[in-house]
Amino acid sequence: MDNITEFEPKIVAFVCNWCTYAGADLTGTSRLKYATNFKIIRFPCTGRIDYMLLLKAFAEGADGIIVSGCHPNDCHYTSGNFHARRRWVVFRGLLDFFGIDVRRICFSWVSAAEGGKWADLVNSTVAEIRELGAYKEYQKVAGYLEKEECNE
Amino acid sequence: MNKLIEKATSLLQEGVVTKVIGYEEGTEKPRPFFCEKAEDTSKLIYNSRCINNLAVYLTKPELLGTGKVAVVATLPTLRSIVQLAFENQLKEDKLVILTVTDSEEVIEFAGFAEIETYLKDFKLKIDQKEQDLIDKLEGMSKEERWTFWVEELSQCFKCYACRAACPMCYCTRCVVEVNCPQWVQPWASPLGNIEWQINRAMHLAGRCTGCGSCAEACPVGIPIDLLTRKMMEDLGEEFGVVPGQPNKNGNVLSTFKPEDKENFIR
Repeated sequence: MDNITEFEPKIVAFVCNWCTYAGADLTGTSRLKYATNFKIIRFPCTGRIDYMLLLKAFAEGADGIIVSGCHPNDCHYTSGNFHARRRWVVFRGLLDFFGIDVRRICFSWVSAAEGGKWADLVNSTVAEIRELGAYKEYQKVAGYLEKEECNE
Repeated sequence: MNKLIEKATSLLQEGVVTKVIGYEEGTEKPRPFFCEKAEDTSKLIYNSRCINNLAVYLTKPELLGTGKVAVVATLPTLRSIVQLAFENQLKEDKLVILTVTDSEEVIEFAGFAEIETYLKDFKLKIDQKEQDLIDKLEGMSKEERWTFWVEELSQCFKCYACRAACPMCYCTRCVVEVNCPQWVQPWASPLGNIEWQINRAMHLAGRCTGCGSCAEACPVGIPIDLLTRKMMEDLGEEFGVVPGQPNKNGNVLSTFKPEDKENFIR
């Protein structure tokens, strides 16, 4: 009964190919058990992760987002993660001013050797999003035309 | 006032410029005026009601032609010109930039560097009404802010007047016109409107000079300039950007420092 009614968060993880994707791979090969509520999308670099992609994920029904890549100074392309970091600082401030819940986007650095950190990160994010519940506010706005809801 | 007309007349008569971009009296308020003949210069006006940012025309070669062009610039226009020059969008030798001081003297700038020196005496001030609204929004809870923006933006019908009025929106192909991939829904919808404004604000991050033309141009009066204004404040704290001035260290989003600080990356 509990299992049926409990809310299972949908999480999209945008990760870089060189560090976090390999790190998540290590989590698997190390046979660590962790939450399965997330879908990984692999990118060449965190610098490639456009802020619009995060908004698209929310619009398509994601309740939470993980964005992860190489630690500073470890970028495969030398500076992609530095550029990404600036973009996130700016973007997060703007989202907050818009009233979009920034707690639903989890940013992190996970290296290829940190399989354990990846498992912990996913587990804690899933727990946090479960606490916050489904992101209904955004989904309502996103589905406005499909459902032909009246906007008073 | 008359000095401006004198100056414009002599510039046109001597053939220094092919046109003077300034203001003329419109039906309700002053409107931009492209003065191409010396006899039309008497229509030129300049006062505090002239609020259009004329810098928006300076990135449109089809309007300027190949000759030299003079522009009557207000303070916000001068700020935009400096930013555009910093982004290598203007040709110094093709422009004559004029401004009118409070004592109605006409200044002709010798170059972009001189404008910057002139602007040092005029700090960008945020309107008290706008600052109050920003403060009010910051005092709200997340949910209230979200409701505020969803309601405000529900009036938007995607006329893109905000884009047309902004001197910094000079891309020949805008992200909203790209349909492969379709980043933003082309029709007016709550989601598309929000995504469009987020895009606009992100693209103006650290570039906006705070002229307020976007909000002024909005036919339904959405306070969209708050987004870039608020961002200007934040960027100042984070990256030492001085509002209204170009960031000499490079554009905020296309440069970085290894020692950039953040407190949210795990």
